[in-house]
Amino acid sequence: MTTTIYVPCDTTARSLGADAVAARLTRAAERLGVAIQLKRNGSRGLFWLEPLVEVETAAGRVAYGPVAPTDVDALVDAGLFEGRQEHALALGDIEAHPYLARQQRLTFSRIGLTDPLSLEDYTARQGFAGLKQALALTPQAIVDEVKASGLRGRGGAAFPTGIKWQTVHDTPAAQKYIVCNADEGDSGTFADRLVMECDPFMLIEGMTIAGLAVGATQGYIYLRSEYPLAQAMLDEAIARAEAAGYLGENILDSGHAFHLEVRLGAGAYICGEETSLLESLEGKRGLVRAKPPLPAIEGLFGQPTVVNNVLSLAAVPFILDQGGQAYADYGMGKSRGTLALQLAGNVARGGLVELAFGTTLRELMESFGGGTRSGRPLKAVQVGGPLGAYLPESQWDTPLDYEAFAAFGGVVGHGGVVMFDDSVDMGAQARFAMEFCAVESCGKCTPCRIGAVRGVEVIDRIRAGDAADDNLVLLADLCETMVDGSLCAMGGMTPFPVQSVMKHFPDDLTRPQAEGGR
Amino acid sequence: MSHPTPQPADTALAAQLQAVIDQHAARPGAMLPLLHAIQAQHGYIPDAAVPMIAEALRHTRAEVHGIISFYHHFRTHPPGRHVIQVCRAEACQAVGARALEAHVKSALGVDYHETTADREFTLEPVYCLGNCACGPSLRVDDEIHGRVDAAGFDRLAAQLSATVVEVK
Repeated sequence: MTTTIYVPCDTTARSLGADAVAARLTRAAERLGVAIQLKRNGSRGLFWLEPLVEVETAAGRVAYGPVAPTDVDALVDAGLFEGRQEHALALGDIEAHPYLARQQRLTFSRIGLTDPLSLEDYTARQGFAGLKQALALTPQAIVDEVKASGLRGRGGAAFPTGIKWQTVHDTPAAQKYIVCNADEGDSGTFADRLVMECDPFMLIEGMTIAGLAVGATQGYIYLRSEYPLAQAMLDEAIARAEAAGYLGENILDSGHAFHLEVRLGAGAYICGEETSLLESLEGKRGLVRAKPPLPAIEGLFGQPTVVNNVLSLAAVPFILDQGGQAYADYGMGKSRGTLALQLAGNVARGGLVELAFGTTLRELMESFGGGTRSGRPLKAVQVGGPLGAYLPESQWDTPLDYEAFAAFGGVVGHGGVVMFDDSVDMGAQARFAMEFCAVESCGKCTPCRIGAVRGVEVIDRIRAGDAADDNLVLLADLCETMVDGSLCAMGGMTPFPVQSVMKHFPDDLTRPQAEGGR
Repeated sequence: MSHPTPQPADTALAAQLQAVIDQHAARPGAMLPLLHAIQAQHGYIPDAAVPMIAEALRHTRAEVHGIISFYHHFRTHPPGRHVIQVCRAEACQAVGARALEAHVKSALGVDYHETTADREFTLEPVYCLGNCACGPSLRVDDEIHGRVDAAGFDRLAAQLSATVVEVK
C-alpha cells in the first residue's frame, strides 16, 4: 500500500526548509522500503507550524509540525509513515485546530488541501463551477451577481467591484482588458502570494469570469518580481488551463475567448497603484496618471480595463458558484463577505486568517496570533501596509470593517497586520515611513517627491534634539501638505504612520535615539 | 573621424542582444519583458543594449535609460555570483531586520548596491518578500530564507561560498 505524504511547496514553507524535509522523507522511505507518494500541496497558511507535514491515513490526514529537516528521522522512527501520534510534533487532524476551525474560509477553502497545479484536485473541490455558471449567464447577469455580493476591492481602496465591472461592461470598445494587480508590495501581506502559489486556477477562473462579464478577451497578471515562485506556478497553471480548454480561443466550447499572460514588475512599489501599474504594463516608467479618465474607461493602451486585486478576482468563482447573496451573508455594514487577514511581524502564530468582517483587532492578535513571538508586551500594530497608521492599544477594539477604521483615520487596506513588541522605537518607524516614500516615490508630484526627503531630514533633526519643538510644528505642516497635495496614495498616505506616531507615541519621537537606532 | 573596429566580443554580444530583442519586440508593452529577458541572460542590462532597444521599440535612448533607471530590479553593471536581498520592510523590522542588515553589511564588508571584492556577493535591499510571518527574510538569487539571524546568515554565506563554480 502506498502512503500519501504532503509537504507544502509555498515560499514560506520552503524558506523554512520544506524541500530538505521532502528529500529526507523520500530517503527515509527508501531506507525502510516503505512505498510513499510525496505530494507537494499548498500551505494551509498556519505559518508558525511550517513545514507542516501531513500523512494520509484511514482515519484522515494526520499532521506534524513544525518539522525541521533534522526532525525527519526521529519522526519516521516514531511511526510518521503509519500516522502514529506519539511524537511531540504530532498535531493530529489540523482542521480541528482552533486556528483553522474558527476561520470562515470562502476564498481560501482549498489551500493546503490540494496540489496547486493539479486540475483534477481543483475540479474535485468546486473548481471551475463558477465559470460554468457564468457561461450560462448573460454578461449583465454576471455583473449583477458580483454587485449582489457586495464585494469591494480588496487591494485597499475598497471600491465596489460590481460597479467597476459595470462601467467597463457599458463602455463600448473593440478590445477590453482584465488586469490583475498582483504587485503585493505592502509589508505584512502575503494573501495574494498564497492564492497564486497555492491555488492559481482560482485566480485564472476569476479573471476568465471577469472577461466574460465585461467582454474582455485578454488578461494580464502584473506580478511583482519579488515573487519568483508565484511566477513559476502561474505560468505552469496557465499552460495547463489552456491545454485543458479553460483558457484560449474557445473556452469550454462556449465560443468565448480569453487569453492570459503573466507580466513581471521590476521592484517598484508604486506600480501597485493602478494607473502606475498600467503605465508599467505599457512599457513605460511607472508614473502615476491623473484621474479622470478612469481606467475602466481609458485604461491599458487607452482601452476600457478592469483593474482588480488578486483577492477581489479570487473571490469571484465562489460568488458565481454559490450566488452573490451567499457571499453577502458574511460581514457587517457595507463591508460584505470575508477579509483575508495576514498576521505578521512579531507574532507567535503568524499566518492567514480568513474571517467575515467585524472581528476586532485584539481578538485577532490575541486568540489567533497568540501575542508576540518574543513574548514581550505588544506595543503597536500597523494595519494596511507601510501607508497605514500605527495603532496604540486604545484602538485595538475597533472591529475590522472599512468604515470603522476610516472613522479614526485608519485603513484596513489589504488586511496586513504587523505586530511590534515594546522594544520597538516608534521614532525609527516614523522615519522609515518617510524614507520608504523617498525611495519609492514615482517623482511625478512635488509633495511626495520632495516632501518625503524633507520628512526624513526633519525627523532626524527632531530625534537629534535640534530645535525639536519647532521641527515638530514643521513636520505636522509637511504631513498636511503631503496628504492634501499629493497625486496618489503614496504621498497622500505616507504621513498616516508618521502622524500616528506623533499623536500616540510622541515620547519615542523626541527621545534621543540609541546608537544605530535607524 | 574614425570609429574603432568592433571587437569580436562586442559583435557576439550585439548578436545575442539582437536575438532577444527580436524575440520580444512585437509584444504589446514589450519593454519590461524585454529588459527582464536581457537581464536573465546577462545578469544586467549592458550599455550596448540601450541604443538597440531604442531602435527596436522606437524610443529615444534617453527614454530607455529613464525606464531602466526607474525600476530597482534592473541593474547596469554585472552582479556578483550571488545576489543577496535583505528585507528592510516593517514586518521584518519587528523581528530584528535592522540588526540582521547591519550584520550582513559588516560580514560582507559592503553596503547596499555593492559587490564584494571577490565578486561572490552583490548586496541589495528589498521591500518585502511576502514572507512576513517568518522574518527576518532574505533572498539569495531565487530562494527565500526565513527567520534568518546573524548566525544563520553566516552559515548560509559559508555554504554559498563553498559551492564549486560550475565550469561552462
